[in-house]
Amino acid sequence: MSALLEVEGLTKHFPVRRGLLGRSTGLVRAVDSISFTIEAGTTFGLVGESGCGKTTTSRLVLGLERPTAGAIRFQDEDVLTLDRAGLRRYRRSIQAVFQDPYASLDPRMRVGSIVAEPLVINEPMDRTARGRRVLELLDLVGLPARAAELFPHEFSGGQRQRVAIARALALSPRLVVLDEPVSALDVSIRAQILNLLRDLQDRLGVSYLFIAHDLAAVAHMSHTIAVMYLGQIVEWGDAAAVALEPRHPYTQALFAAALPIDFDTPREEIVLSGEVPSPLAPPAGCRFHTRCPHVMPRCATEPPALRATAAHLTACHLYD
Amino acid sequence: MTPSPVTPPPVAPFVIDVRELRTHLVTRWGTVRAVDGVSFAIGEGETLGLVGESGSGKSMTCLSLVRLVPRPAARILGGQVLLDGLDVLTRSEDEMRRIRGRRIGMILQDPMSSLNPVFSIGMQMREPVALYHGLRGAALTDRAVALLAAVRIPSPAQRLRAFPHQLSGGMRQRVVGAMAIAAPPRLLIADEPTTSLDLTIQAQYLGLLKELQQRHRFALIFVTHNLGIVAKICDRVAVMYAGRIVEMGPVRRLFTRPAHPYSRALLESIPRLGARAERLTAIEGQPPDLARLPGGCAFAPRCPHVMERCRVEAPPERPVGDGHVARCWLETPA
Amino acid sequence: MPAEPAAFALPETAVPAAASRGWRLPIFPLGVIGLFLLVALVAPLLGLPDPHAQSLRNRFKPPVWEDAGSWKHPLGTDRLGRDMLSRIVWGSRISLSAGVITVLLASAFGAAVGLTAGYYGGRVDAVLMRVTDATMSFPVILLALILAVTVGPSFTNVVVAIAVILWARYARVMRGQVLTLMQLDFIAQARLAGAGAWRIITRHLVPNTLGTLLVLVTLQIGYVIIVEASLSFLGAGIPPPTPAWGSMIAEGRDVVTSAWWVSLFPGLAILLVVLAFNLLGDWLRDTFDPKLRQL
Repeated sequence: MSALLEVEGLTKHFPVRRGLLGRSTGLVRAVDSISFTIEAGTTFGLVGESGCGKTTTSRLVLGLERPTAGAIRFQDEDVLTLDRAGLRRYRRSIQAVFQDPYASLDPRMRVGSIVAEPLVINEPMDRTARGRRVLELLDLVGLPARAAELFPHEFSGGQRQRVAIARALALSPRLVVLDEPVSALDVSIRAQILNLLRDLQDRLGVSYLFIAHDLAAVAHMSHTIAVMYLGQIVEWGDAAAVALEPRHPYTQALFAAALPIDFDTPREEIVLSGEVPSPLAPPAGCRFHTRCPHVMPRCATEPPALRATAAHLTACHLYD
Repeated sequence: MTPSPVTPPPVAPFVIDVRELRTHLVTRWGTVRAVDGVSFAIGEGETLGLVGESGSGKSMTCLSLVRLVPRPAARILGGQVLLDGLDVLTRSEDEMRRIRGRRIGMILQDPMSSLNPVFSIGMQMREPVALYHGLRGAALTDRAVALLAAVRIPSPAQRLRAFPHQLSGGMRQRVVGAMAIAAPPRLLIADEPTTSLDLTIQAQYLGLLKELQQRHRFALIFVTHNLGIVAKICDRVAVMYAGRIVEMGPVRRLFTRPAHPYSRALLESIPRLGARAERLTAIEGQPPDLARLPGGCAFAPRCPHVMERCRVEAPPERPVGDGHVARCWLETPA
Repeated sequence: MPAEPAAFALPETAVPAAASRGWRLPIFPLGVIGLFLLVALVAPLLGLPDPHAQSLRNRFKPPVWEDAGSWKHPLGTDRLGRDMLSRIVWGSRISLSAGVITVLLASAFGAAVGLTAGYYGGRVDAVLMRVTDATMSFPVILLALILAVTVGPSFTNVVVAIAVILWARYARVMRGQVLTLMQLDFIAQARLAGAGAWRIITRHLVPNTLGTLLVLVTLQIGYVIIVEASLSFLGAGIPPPTPAWGSMIAEGRDVVTSAWWVSLFPGLAILLVVLAFNLLGDWLRDTFDPKLRQL
């Protein structure tokens, strides 16, 4: 089965400009040659800490940024060489839900108009048909019909995220990028929204690119997890395997830091030393070697390749 | 560090003993009982986790302890806050100034707003140290360097000259931490200090906090919505809802046998690592509108075990175990 | 599980007492502006004496409450015997229309520039902002004087001279607002929905900046009225015999100690109107800003 989305050697470098003439004095290697695939109807979890490149990756996939190098293939079509019509089609197939429920809805528009906007721009529909579709979408996310007449500020954070999800589903996309969809919500509301997202996936067969720093939420939602560090994927595999038996030392430290709330599971304590290096000057060889508890001399000179180890791919010399 | 299997209830004399604290807020929508009869006590070297969602009153409780509630809208109406036996609420403003920082330290969520962006770290560190210890000149600088070293900031002497924006988020929180323990205080209040930090940095910071507590033996109130952190570093935990503590007890006990339906629902709604198959148990409804609270128990509209009595009469704090209390009418715990 | 949209949960920090003041309409500014607007509109119907009618016999008659005054000329007459009240009423048409027209022109153009600069960013923004900065630094009075000397003073010249420089202020403010808005996710969402520049600017940016624009417009009307009056005072504005408050003040300059009413009343009129607009602008800003800041 060919994958829904295929990313190969994706790279994005941002030049740092200084001075009056804007001369380039350096390169932020936000995303450095990453490759992964997302299958239809599944959730792909992307985790990592600040500066790892996961947000940039999501923006590249959404087409909000153009990559410096690499390829993005959606349903076997090369996205980067699409013409205008093709690009419109791509836009309709990939939508997003962002983190901040207070900034993702236009405060001056009624909820009905917000959800209808993608339809207004892309589908030739008459008013009644569109109105019906909007109500359908609101019902899908558990909001009553009268919500369409109200303004965003009349809703709570969780309800606003539902509106955002309804809007994202308006054009029946195949892939929805979820960038920290529940981080800004109260803990008791998160479960509601995560359950809703799972239900929608079961009903509509939509795929998710799920980005979050709450590792348990990612593990709960995802079929596959990829871990990023300083612009590269260091581990990638089945969600349960990566979460419960991480191979890469960074993944191990990351999941050890995701504090569990049950006292029965014994978890190894791994505290990393030092700070995350700047993406302007990533360390040579393996980018993690400056903080790795298992560092070897080889790690400082030779970058490890992503290799299969048991159930998942890991980029680490320990497994060579 | 794993908490000890059985945590005994706090023993007097307490460092801080809060009794029936009440703080009201006057807003456009009505009067809000932000802190509605909150009571707890913490001993030396002990950590209490204060857990709750937005609007639960946890931050307002902390502000009330140091009497920094936003005026004139907010007012502390009653209760007692005994710091080593002395009621903080009856002190004069001058005395409060000496208590804040020196005997009660605070670390807030956003280190960028705790630090003044136009002054160097050194200048900001020197201020509290000079104030609390009356040091000057070289002795002052040495003490500032020692404090930075105590929070494990590398090259502390050079860092004194740096400005806040030149440090990473984790470093900034450490500097704020250093300033908070400069005195050192009897009580340290940390209000969501790691929420804006990366996971691995958070792990470092929590370890640091525990180490400092062991050295200086201060009581620690750790406010958070992250139950994982509570499990890791707290001895006792108080769960707040709509301005009241609905359950309080030793961490291990409360987490394994929660007595209040809200605590239980909260614990069940949190995803666990490696359990993709299960559906999360969500809490129905929305967080309460504090200006229009229903009579009786504030959680009644959302409670799966609600009874008629709950809607009419607000339950008092009832003991459900050793050092474990809950505000719930249920005879056998949920 | 349909969830009822509830009033959102309150934030933990207190809303400052000022916000709980509630919605009090600004009676004084609205009343003053309303009065002047009304009077300006129905001036021909008020049955006032002709503002141009000269009568040397009636020159420098004092206002009605003085000994030599009479109800025929309640606010007295000027040095050519023209009725002051009538001239003030007719002068309001000049001042108000100059203020409103100038500000409308300047704000429309300036807003367009600001929106474009903020939306496109990059080189477009840089170029537009340099032009804006250069324009802002040019003194209005000087330009008006130049126009008056070369082309001759007139109402149109006053409007043009001011508008041609005033738009820069709007461009700056709107650009700032737009830059803030562009950071917000709902703009990215509009792009993801396939919206082009036109739709994003008209459907999303304009409605969210209208509040700020309105505040600025109101505050600026007062400023424009003062500039027009200054220009007329200097002789570079509306030429006589059209009654304009500024030139009326100028005419009374020499007799300020003896026939004080000739300069005082037009001055008071300017003061009242400008004050009213400023107060209204302040109130609008207080009402709109919190909502804007919620973004």
